[in-house]
Amino acid sequence: MAEPIIVVRNLSKAFPGVQALKDVQFDLYPGEVHTLVGENGAGKSTLMKILSGVYQRDSGEILIGGKPVEINTPRAAQRLGISIIHQELNLMNHLTAAQNIFIGKEPRRAGGFFLDEKAINAKAKALFDMLHVDLDPRVKVGELTIAKQQMVEIVKALSFDARVLIMDEPTSPLNEAEVEELFEIIRHLRAQGVGIVYISHRMDELFRISDRITVLRDGQYMGTYRASETNLDQVISLMVGRKIDESARRVPKGKPGEVVLEVRNLNRGRLVKNVSFTVRRGEILGFAGLMGAGRTEVARAVFGADPVDSGEIYVKGKKVVIRHPRDAAKHGIGYLSEDRKRYGLAVGMSVIDNICMTDLPTFINSLGVLKPKKMEKTASEQIQALSIKTPSLLQKVKFLSGGNQQKVVVAKWLVKNCDVLFFDEPTRGIDVGAKQEIYQLLNELASLGKAIVMISSELPEILRMSDRIVVMCEGRITGELDGSTATEEAIMKLATQRETMMKTA
Amino acid sequence: MANKTNAATAVSPAKTAFATRGASARQKLLAFSSLVLLVIVFSILSPNFFQPYNLIAIMLATAVNGVLAIGVTFVIITGGIDLSVGTTMTFTAVMAAQTVAVWNLPVALGVLTALIVGAICGLASGVMVAKFKIPPFIATLGMNMLTKGLSLIIAHSKPIYFTNAPSFSKISMGTMFPFLQNFQIPNAVIILFVLAVLASFVLNNTIFGRYTFAIGSNEEAVRLSGINTDRWKIAVYAVNGLICGIAGVLIASRLNSAQPALGQGYELDAIAAAVIGGTSLSGGEGTILGTIIGAFIMSTLTNGLRILSVPQEWQIVTTGIIIIFAVYMDMLRKRR
Repeated sequence: MAEPIIVVRNLSKAFPGVQALKDVQFDLYPGEVHTLVGENGAGKSTLMKILSGVYQRDSGEILIGGKPVEINTPRAAQRLGISIIHQELNLMNHLTAAQNIFIGKEPRRAGGFFLDEKAINAKAKALFDMLHVDLDPRVKVGELTIAKQQMVEIVKALSFDARVLIMDEPTSPLNEAEVEELFEIIRHLRAQGVGIVYISHRMDELFRISDRITVLRDGQYMGTYRASETNLDQVISLMVGRKIDESARRVPKGKPGEVVLEVRNLNRGRLVKNVSFTVRRGEILGFAGLMGAGRTEVARAVFGADPVDSGEIYVKGKKVVIRHPRDAAKHGIGYLSEDRKRYGLAVGMSVIDNICMTDLPTFINSLGVLKPKKMEKTASEQIQALSIKTPSLLQKVKFLSGGNQQKVVVAKWLVKNCDVLFFDEPTRGIDVGAKQEIYQLLNELASLGKAIVMISSELPEILRMSDRIVVMCEGRITGELDGSTATEEAIMKLATQRETMMKTA
Repeated sequence: MANKTNAATAVSPAKTAFATRGASARQKLLAFSSLVLLVIVFSILSPNFFQPYNLIAIMLATAVNGVLAIGVTFVIITGGIDLSVGTTMTFTAVMAAQTVAVWNLPVALGVLTALIVGAICGLASGVMVAKFKIPPFIATLGMNMLTKGLSLIIAHSKPIYFTNAPSFSKISMGTMFPFLQNFQIPNAVIILFVLAVLASFVLNNTIFGRYTFAIGSNEEAVRLSGINTDRWKIAVYAVNGLICGIAGVLIASRLNSAQPALGQGYELDAIAAAVIGGTSLSGGEGTILGTIIGAFIMSTLTNGLRILSVPQEWQIVTTGIIIIFAVYMDMLRKRR
């Protein structure tokens, strides 16, 4: 076998509060596809960002062509022949495909100031032909599909004479036909001796494209396997084989009550396909799945934040039409967004203002002037009920801790008397201690008779909190599990059960 | 030529590409047909409108705003804005007058002074935006006040007249084609058109133009491609400043004086011309031809309404409506 292009030895990297990578090993040979797998937060992206010069390592060694190297900047990585294709494409939409590819190294005419547009287009065409990509170099990138834009990125990366191409979740925005087209290109690249580092969440792809697979879990190296010598079950158990604190698992108090919300055959674009589910009073329904499985989209569609294509929603047995978030609020449905700062809170405003914001019309007198006493009373009640830690009602929300900010959002919806609360990744960006508080809060809300839908990408959290678990993959619900008997492996299997796999299975 | 590119695009599987290109062409056509429509309507409403002397008056009225609009188009395409073009223009005019009328130096040196002063002002704005990361709106608002104040200080708040240099007024008001008896196009207009052709070429055929668009489209992507975006942004602002210098010479020559109190408000007319012509305030899009058409729409409107004896107050109201309408059309086009 040839010499490896990259060898990574004992690589470690810590961020404040997290050991992102610990003694990780990795190597890459020319002409192979080496796939990195792991759960969200396992350290895949950190490793790739170190290789592409975005982050600096704390300790360990990186050898390229057998020599130790420092990769301090993205430019340095490019010079070493390492190119990365990020999940968010970095293209200039107003420029043509060819102009994007040759940005910064345009062929020029005599004098060096004038562009040679013909040469740019011809060179781009040659690169496209080499990879059998059918694309007009003169089309503006903004007018291309995501799949074609990705190909422009790949060709751009190769135009730097890349020997190593890192692809971070390249297939997540693609449909099946486009995925096949991308794999075709990857095979061409492999045949030309380019080493490809491939990161993906889609388990079925692993065995379609990988030569070797490296598994990371919580920043730790779990091993490297030849794709031909392992199988899906082994990979999944390596990814998630973590012990869960069984004692912490939620014990439902009494029987769940009546069905408060029922969703039937909800459809919206590619990410919500025929979704049906029910939630009962006093119950926590967990929505599990990988990022981009369509869980947030379901919540937003039910909440009226995005228009639906079709589907029916019943609240307490009565059919309702929700076209706008205010319709949802009227029917007692609240949505607590994942990105609290952007969608959930006016962080520059006070605790009292935030709590009373969704229901301001009830706090005004006949002249439209706010009634501060009534606002204070309501806000104080909520602060006490949720034990929000704030020095005063007038404290600006941005100075509260993450957990307390989350509580202020909850308070907002409680003021509106919501029966159904959608929590989208409620503990993201919150430290461990505050997480416990949020869990406690969710339990309390459930025991108060609220129906809770919790979207979470963290399997331990789903297992710990949910009475029932709905798993989504690519916009479909692939299964429902009982919270008391579900396992990480079972969820992972459902979460990676793509349509194509179901057909072949 | 437009047909040729369309045909080439249609070959590719991306049908949407064809459709949006059509939409973009329609937008440019819209601006141009609006201008034609204005000319036709005013010609019908007033016999005095479509006369050689009036058409020349319109062109002359467009010259200064057109030149400023060309400069600011470059800045807007990068996703920036320059609120100082009007007062920078005045400042360069004052400096030219200082050189020629006060220090008694040759006219050519006065012109050179204006250009250099303009470029320095632009360079300063560029450094503030690119290096100090001050938002362009604020940086150039500061430059607006700064240059206005300097103009008043240097000119002692009084106009400076070119009494000692009669040839200075020839720069704008003379003509290169004296043989065209009834249609003597002033030099200012010719300078506008020459500059437009040159700017259009630079924007479409040079590295400078390519990076202007690229930065406006996705600055981070350009930076990641290994390009020194700061340097190119500074260059764009400097070129814009240089063009303000040209406008300064034109206006000083036309008024045969430097008027230090003049200038504020010109920046908004220039930005309006660019926007009416289809330059996107969010960057990445714009053409010089569109900007010139935009500048002509504004001056034709003002001229026509004046001929129809519409009070000046209503002329301003109408211009406001036209600008809002133009930007709304642009938004509709982008929403798809």
